[in-house]
This record gives sequence, structure tokens and C-alpha cells, in this order.
Amino acid sequence: MIKASLRYRSAVVLNVVCALLLLAVAPVKAADKIDPEADRKAMQAYFFAKFPKVAKEDFANGPYAVNEEMRKQWMEIMQFPPYEIALDEGHAEWEKPFANGRHYADCFENNGEGIRQTYPRFIAETGQVETIEGAINRCRVENGEKPLDPMTDTMAAVSAVMSESSRGKPFAIAIPDDPRALAAYERGKEFFYSRKGQLGVSCASCHMSSAGQRLRGDILAPAVGILAAMPIYRSDWGNMGTSIRRISTCSSQTRALPLEPDDEEYRDLEYFLSYISNGIPIAGPGARP
Amino acid sequence: MMRSIFLAAGLVVLSLPAMAATPAEAEAAVAAAEAVEAGAIAAKAAWTTTEANLTKAKKALAASKWDEAKAAADEAAMLAKLSIEQANEQKTVWRNAVFH
Repeated sequence: MIKASLRYRSAVVLNVVCALLLLAVAPVKAADKIDPEADRKAMQAYFFAKFPKVAKEDFANGPYAVNEEMRKQWMEIMQFPPYEIALDEGHAEWEKPFANGRHYADCFENNGEGIRQTYPRFIAETGQVETIEGAINRCRVENGEKPLDPMTDTMAAVSAVMSESSRGKPFAIAIPDDPRALAAYERGKEFFYSRKGQLGVSCASCHMSSAGQRLRGDILAPAVGILAAMPIYRSDWGNMGTSIRRISTCSSQTRALPLEPDDEEYRDLEYFLSYISNGIPIAGPGARP
Repeated sequence: MMRSIFLAAGLVVLSLPAMAATPAEAEAAVAAAEAVEAGAIAAKAAWTTTEANLTKAKKALAASKWDEAKAAADEAAMLAKLSIEQANEQKTVWRNAVFH
């Protein structure tokens, strides 16, 4: 009788312990699951609640969407957009035939018009993410030309042509049903949340809860829509730059040694940032302080 | 009396300048710092400040300023180690910061 009672009590205690363990483990498993769409919804809901007066499509304008004073200055600057000369150069480059007689337009669907919102893309053949600048360089190499340095204003100018033709089209980044694509997205997310550099700052430190606040002379842009206006003419640079150039600058600002411009980690970060911006319209080329 | 002597001796020792680095020590410090920094770069974890100290150390080495070279190299090695530690820590810690 006593033995049976002890066995019963032991079984009850064991069940309670198992239940507690399951409860402790279950949330961790849910948080670890790679679910880009859940991330996108959560991130966008966070920013829409944080900035209730900002229209969804206005998140494409970064700091100008969330700071009235800067917006006024920007509206004045945009009377004569500082990227226009670079955009003209980009159009000239776009139209110029390669040595083999082919053009950039021959490398892309719809002649490259109105497709920028679908970049970066996951390429099944390579198992890697390709940015718009990566696609431009692939086009060049496949046609016997040397690739452009993604940090140069020449690359930014060509990229600007593709962005201009997609203005107003919402980001439509696809993550195919491929574990490698999900892994790339997850690596981008890891980069975004990882503290880096001697200052121990992550992308999220500045572009999540601190978005809209002033950091020295800059207003921090929200993470959602942060790449929508790329490439940008940046007053600080005095010329046009690609998103990779901007991300490299961010790295330096945290006192982290920037990676190679076409490093997989940077491409995956762009994939993550662009995916969580799905639905936000392309507004590039843009201008930033 | 003895206490005063010990106290005076201690003060004399403390006031002595640090031992000057030899050329071999400075060169070894720079090589050691470069090795740690190479690991940080391979881990994509390097800091700009480490690079700046390494550059400073190499310039001092070239100018035969052994003390300066060793000090900058030691600083670079310390920063490189910290950057690797940061990267290793963030491999798991980043998940705690994820917004849900």
C-alpha cells in the first residue's frame, strides 16, 4: 500500500517536472524557428506603432519620415536633387554597349526596368544571395567586361538607373522554399542583432528602439525601409554610394573593420533588411545627409 | 628606522622608469599582435582600433622606437583578443536581442 502510494507520488512529481521542462523549452524553440514573415510583420507593426503619424510608404524616406525638421530641409534639397548628375551618368553607362555589342538591359528580365524591388535575390545555382550590384557585375562579367567596384560612384550610378525605374514599386523580396535561402536570411538577421566593433554596437542598437533619435548630427533611420532609397547621394561623401558602401561606413562608425564589399555577410544582411521591408516602396535614388 | 628605509626603497623602486624594451622584444610584440589580429580578421571580428595600433607599432619599429612599438603592439594584441571574444560571445547572445 505504502509502496503504491510512493510510486504514485513519484509519478506525479515526474509528470510535473516534465511539464515544467516542456514549458521552459517550448518558447525557446518557437523563438529559434526561422520565420521571416513573422519577423516582417512584427518589425513593421513595431515601427507603425512607434511612428503612428508616418504613412507606411513614407518609411522609404528613412530619417526624413520621422523628423519634421530634417524633412523640411530635405524637401528644399530635392528641388534640385543632388543625385541628378550621377543619374545622368548612370543612364549614359546603361545605354553604352559592351565590347560585344550587348547592353546591361540584355541581362535582365523586362530589360531591367521595374525589377529592382525584387533584389536581393537568392540564386539557387550558387546557393547565395545576389544584390542588385552583384547582378550588374554578373552581367558585365558574362559579357566580357571587368566588374565594377561596388564601393564606387560608377556602380552607384548604374544601380540608380534600375532603382529609378522601380520607384513606387513595393519591395517584393522572395525567400524560396530552400533551406539555404532561409539560412542566408537568418545569417542576415544574426548580423543585424550582433554587437560589433570596439563600441559594441549592433545595427539594431541604432535602427530599432533608437530610430528617430539623434546621434550626433544624424537622425537614425528605422530599420524598415532603410534600403528603399538606395543608392544614395550622401552629402558626407559628396557623391553617390551603394547600400554596401553605406553598410561599410556603418561598420567603421562602430569601429569594426569593414568586410570585403561583396562579403556574404553583407549580402545576407541586405537580404534580411530588404525582406522585412516588403511592402515599402522603392524611393531610390535618394539623398541623405 | 628600518620601516623608513623600506619605505624609501619602495618609493625609489616605484619612481624608476619602466624597463626599456629591446629591439627583439618590440619585434616579438609586433609579430604576436599580428598573429592575433590575423585570427580576428579571419573571424570577421576585427576592430579599426586594432589596425590603427598595429600600424603605429610598425611605424615605431621602423623608426627604432622600441618602447613605443612594444606598447602599441601590446595594445593591438589586447584589442584583437577582445574583438575575438566579442564575436564568440555574440554567436549565441544575439538571439537575446531579437525583437519578436
